[in-house]
Amino acid sequence: MSDNVELDLKNVEKKTSPITWVIMIVLPFVLFFVSLFLGRYMINPSDVAKILIDQIPGVNITPTWETTAETVVLRVRFPRAVMAALVGAGLSMSGAAFQGMFQNPLVSPYVLGVSAGASCGAAFGLLMSWPTWMVQIVAFAFGILAVAITYSMAHLYKTTPILMLVLSGMVVSAFFQAMVSLIKFAADDEDKLPAITFWLMGSIGKVGLDDLAPSAIPMILAMVVLYAIRWRLNVLSMGEREAETLGVNTERVKLVVIITTTLISSLTVSLCGIIGWVGQVIPHFCRMIVGPNHKALIPATIFVGASYIIVIDNLCRLVSITEIPIGILTSVVGAPVFAYLLRKTKGGWA
Amino acid sequence: MIIEAEKLNFSYTKNGRQILRDVSLTLQEGEIMSILGPNGAGKSTLLNLLAVLNQPNSGTIKLCGKDTKKMKPREVASIISYVPQNHTPAFSYTVFDFVLMGRAPKIGMFEKPSSTDFEIVQQVLEDIGIADLADKAYTEISGGERQQATIARALAQEPKAILFDEPTAHLDYGNQLKTLRVIRSLSEKGYAVIITTHNPDHAIMLGGTTGVLDRNGHFETGLSNEIITEEMLNNVYGRTNLKLTYMEDVDRYICVPPNL
Repeated sequence: MSDNVELDLKNVEKKTSPITWVIMIVLPFVLFFVSLFLGRYMINPSDVAKILIDQIPGVNITPTWETTAETVVLRVRFPRAVMAALVGAGLSMSGAAFQGMFQNPLVSPYVLGVSAGASCGAAFGLLMSWPTWMVQIVAFAFGILAVAITYSMAHLYKTTPILMLVLSGMVVSAFFQAMVSLIKFAADDEDKLPAITFWLMGSIGKVGLDDLAPSAIPMILAMVVLYAIRWRLNVLSMGEREAETLGVNTERVKLVVIITTTLISSLTVSLCGIIGWVGQVIPHFCRMIVGPNHKALIPATIFVGASYIIVIDNLCRLVSITEIPIGILTSVVGAPVFAYLLRKTKGGWA
Repeated sequence: MIIEAEKLNFSYTKNGRQILRDVSLTLQEGEIMSILGPNGAGKSTLLNLLAVLNQPNSGTIKLCGKDTKKMKPREVASIISYVPQNHTPAFSYTVFDFVLMGRAPKIGMFEKPSSTDFEIVQQVLEDIGIADLADKAYTEISGGERQQATIARALAQEPKAILFDEPTAHLDYGNQLKTLRVIRSLSEKGYAVIITTHNPDHAIMLGGTTGVLDRNGHFETGLSNEIITEEMLNNVYGRTNLKLTYMEDVDRYICVPPNL
């Protein structure tokens, strides 16, 4: 029997070929490296490699590059590419986790109102002309606040039914969006209104080397937790009732998923503005490659999501003379890609 | 005793209709209980209470002697498997992955299935006879096969009791019989089994005990061949003039509806 089992196990796990996995895993690293030398200030790839190696403690390479190159690579492009990878991976994972939890492949990580809340916080901060770091903190706090309101509104008889969560999320989003409109209406249209508008459209370019650690560490922690509970997401996606009969403490799992995804998306929105469609398109695309099992899906979304946003962010800064806000590009690319995926899977969610 | 329920009372809302009134039942190893009752009487509600998906307003449920109020969901799920009515999930997991979810009570929140879990699932698939479906998408197999996969998942839980919510609903005649045979073989293997059904013949065929739940929440149990009478059936199904006739060919009573 054991031979038999082994054979069948392989069958089950085989679905995706190892080559596909290797490509998926290597791709973000290649793209990451490419985005370090690509740009209006072109740097020789070998110099970029040397600059990076030079950073390893104990290694000293005689510079063959200008100091400007080093500054551009390390202070500008490196943090930006890291953030792009984190944002892409984080939003895609969050989207996949929410879609499993809500049993609906159309759900985005913003469904509980985090983006509306964070936008409202940011708009308010910008209206008040607070410094950037304060705007970011207020945005982050408002993102968390919005989800907390959604969660407590959805709480009924010691449980938080999925349907109540979705509906409360809609209500909370609508409210905070109205507040954003109100703030925009009140804002001075010479100076603050454009600032708010541009901020909301999103940019990863605002992230500098010093912002990286405080935002990357909580994001990575949240991602590790989501990664760890990925098999539980399968069970949760059977529906709450059924998951309970399978011994899952659904309230606890839901809370863990909500806290981690909220942390990720609130940080993302507060640092980079609203980056739409990633959380829908990437999980759906990954399901086509590796199947719906979250054990494989979650890792796939990390790598594919990271690659996707690195590419998009490079397009943002390279396509035209002035940088294109990333939120516009993710939607311009995301909507038709999603439409294509929809047609291709004929509405069946792979 | 695997399941001991005593004096369960239940209503969904405070002043709502009392669905269960002082319902008591016991179930031991290898016993089959069929629950009959009109639509909306609360048969599924009773199952939900026994699976600790809802809490009774009053009364106690003990599983293997332990009060369910003191049990974690995982402990409950190690004793009770619940086979829900047929449904289509949002994602097309393979049958193998679907059955593997039955191992959830044994797997921690931050863990994933081990090779032992894989082996158990493979064994269960072979026992049920659907090993060839392992790689098929759960959403693409037939209703009968899905039923079998769900039963396989219930077995993968390694429970002591299995609750079936209308296992024969939405199945064709052949698959209904197949399911009943599976249910009977499960009880022969020592599982305690409860099913809800709308078909009195199924209760008669399965033998064992039958529980009758009426619209007022009263629940009565007895041996199937004693409790199922014409009078009882006509009470439950609203003076429909049902006949209970002995049929020699099959050597049992059958329930026959009158002409329209």
